[in-house]
Amino acid sequence: MTEEKTHHPEPSYLVNTGKYKGLMSWLTSTDHKRIGIMYMYAMMVFFIVGVLLGEIMRLELFRPGQQFYGPQTYNGLFTIHGIIMIFTVVIPGLAAVFGNFSMPIMIGAKDVAFPRLNLFSFYLYILGAGIALTSQFLGNGPPDTGWTFYAPYSIQTHTNVVAAVFGAFVLGFSSILTGLNFIVTMHRMRAPGMTFFKMPLFPWSLYATAWIQVLATPIVGITLLMVVAERWFRIGFFDPSLGGDPVLYQHLFWIYSHPAVYIMILPAMGVITEIIPTFAQRKVFGYKAIAVSSLAIALVGYFVWAHHMYTSGMSPTARWIFSLLTFLVAVPSAIKVFNWVTTMYRGSIDLKPPFLFALGFIFLFMIGGMTGLTLGALATNVHVHDTAYVVAHFHYIVFGGVGFAFFAAIHYWYPKMFGRMYNFKRANWAFGFLFIGFNLLYFPQFIIGIQGMPRRYFDYLPQFTLGMQLSFFGGILLLIGIILMLTNLFSKKGAKAPDNPWGGRTYEWTIPSPPPLENFEVMPVMGPDETPYDYK
Amino acid sequence: MSTETVHITPYRTYAWVLIALLTFTFLTITVTWIDLSALTVFVALTIATIKAGVVLTYFMHLKFESSLFRVFVIMVLAIYVLVILFTLSDYLFR
Ligand code: HEM
Ligand SMILES: [Cu+2]
Repeated sequence: MTEEKTHHPEPSYLVNTGKYKGLMSWLTSTDHKRIGIMYMYAMMVFFIVGVLLGEIMRLELFRPGQQFYGPQTYNGLFTIHGIIMIFTVVIPGLAAVFGNFSMPIMIGAKDVAFPRLNLFSFYLYILGAGIALTSQFLGNGPPDTGWTFYAPYSIQTHTNVVAAVFGAFVLGFSSILTGLNFIVTMHRMRAPGMTFFKMPLFPWSLYATAWIQVLATPIVGITLLMVVAERWFRIGFFDPSLGGDPVLYQHLFWIYSHPAVYIMILPAMGVITEIIPTFAQRKVFGYKAIAVSSLAIALVGYFVWAHHMYTSGMSPTARWIFSLLTFLVAVPSAIKVFNWVTTMYRGSIDLKPPFLFALGFIFLFMIGGMTGLTLGALATNVHVHDTAYVVAHFHYIVFGGVGFAFFAAIHYWYPKMFGRMYNFKRANWAFGFLFIGFNLLYFPQFIIGIQGMPRRYFDYLPQFTLGMQLSFFGGILLLIGIILMLTNLFSKKGAKAPDNPWGGRTYEWTIPSPPPLENFEVMPVMGPDETPYDYK
Repeated sequence: MSTETVHITPYRTYAWVLIALLTFTFLTITVTWIDLSALTVFVALTIATIKAGVVLTYFMHLKFESSLFRVFVIMVLAIYVLVILFTLSDYLFR
């Protein structure tokens, strides 16, 4: 890092200037860039654990019948796999990592509005994740309800549901505080001259996300506490044998958890909207349509939750209303896809790794989105609900979508984060393994799902063997891809990165790589005819 | 922020708010003696909503802040009402 100092008068944020050294200087730092990076490392650890749990499930499913462990272990595995992946990986996801690292720079600010609160959110994240993980080791064994904690089973099971639920509750607070912080930051700290409709589109997507975090998360928090209250004090909220209504649990759970899928996907869409204009060297097509569609998705996304409940015994009226609304929410998502494709049209495409991952995102997200419509339609839903088809659908959205966007974002901002490049050839190889492995893993699940393979089963009929084995090999390729990608990024130091390796136009590319502690030496001002994407 | 004027509420206003809140609390208790049958919950929630409104307006300074905050609060309430209405589309039509 010494050469950095001679180039730039201000030391980079990676140089310790405070009173602590080493790890402590990170754990006490309120710098948004360091907090973003800490989230990234923590999330990477959880992601790897989650992936290994997934592979252990696939191993058991290699053949019909019991191979290595029994159904109770399998139930515990898919529950903790889901809890880790959903609550500690994709929900904080891109907002916590790249929202923290890049958003303040992109709007021309020195930090978020409340830097200490930001660090507190990170501690809550670690605490919540820790509590959720203790559920595996304490009490009467790992929870076996699935990450959805459906009542009345979550009330009746003797496994350690309370710890898992309480961990999710604490993680929720982390999410709410991050959302609040980002809303205030984007309202109060934009560069002079940068009106809302001149703000880059990744911050726009975070703005929509932040409102969902603030408004929806408290509902799941209360709901999870109600489960605890019902288990401890036998209050009859949800369990019919206590006079409760189990469908009420599903309403409350999905009133949060459907909007939560937009907490995951909106920042992913935002990153893709940054990457595509940079690598096509073209102005974003339909800037306003993309910005407004983020808000539209956030708003309409609130009112589609009961599409998870068509077969739960809800009233027929509610069923068609929610089906209609589900079809409506597909419109703003499609608007974005059309705008991305149109932005690329006649651009000078530069097929570098971030762009490759972004293309992978669009392809996989489209498959996930279209199959979502099959699930949103009442007649077809009855057939595929709770089958492997659903497993395939949400993995295409949440892994193919959010996951690939995350990989795209790392490859995009890595030079800015660490001031180093990575090996493009290896990154491309990793992409190849990830993309082929992913499709081989999850596409067969669509087919065996339609043929009737139920979800969350540790055993299956012999006719599903081929599909299951293809998935197993896909899982291996995917794992190789993940290892290739991570070793390429984190095992050796690449060449020094220039300040603007991709020819980007947003503010983060105007400052040194890695950025100085306070981001800007001269605070940026946006002129009256400037826009965030002045390509051509 | 330097560009905004700081509003100082006189103690008298707070005293009136306190009296209003206490009155409504008293009202909540008194109506429980009257048998309103199906309307019981409705009346209790209406009184609670008025109280919350008073707290938001005065104690939480909504009356004196920029209109942006009012827009936020109205938006949140609207979403809340819609969530309840859509949930009722299940419960009222089973
Ligand atoms: C190599 C990577 C992965 C493999 C092999 C894998 C495999 C699986 C398997 C076998 C199931 C259980 C299906 C069932 O029996 O119902 C499952 C469920 C699930 N997975 Fe994954 N998965 C992977 C990555 C991910 C990622 C990245 C996410 C989220 C970001 C994720 C989220 C979920 C969720 C939410 C469930 C549902 C859990 C439940 O039913 O309660 N998975 N996965
Ligand atoms: Cu949903």
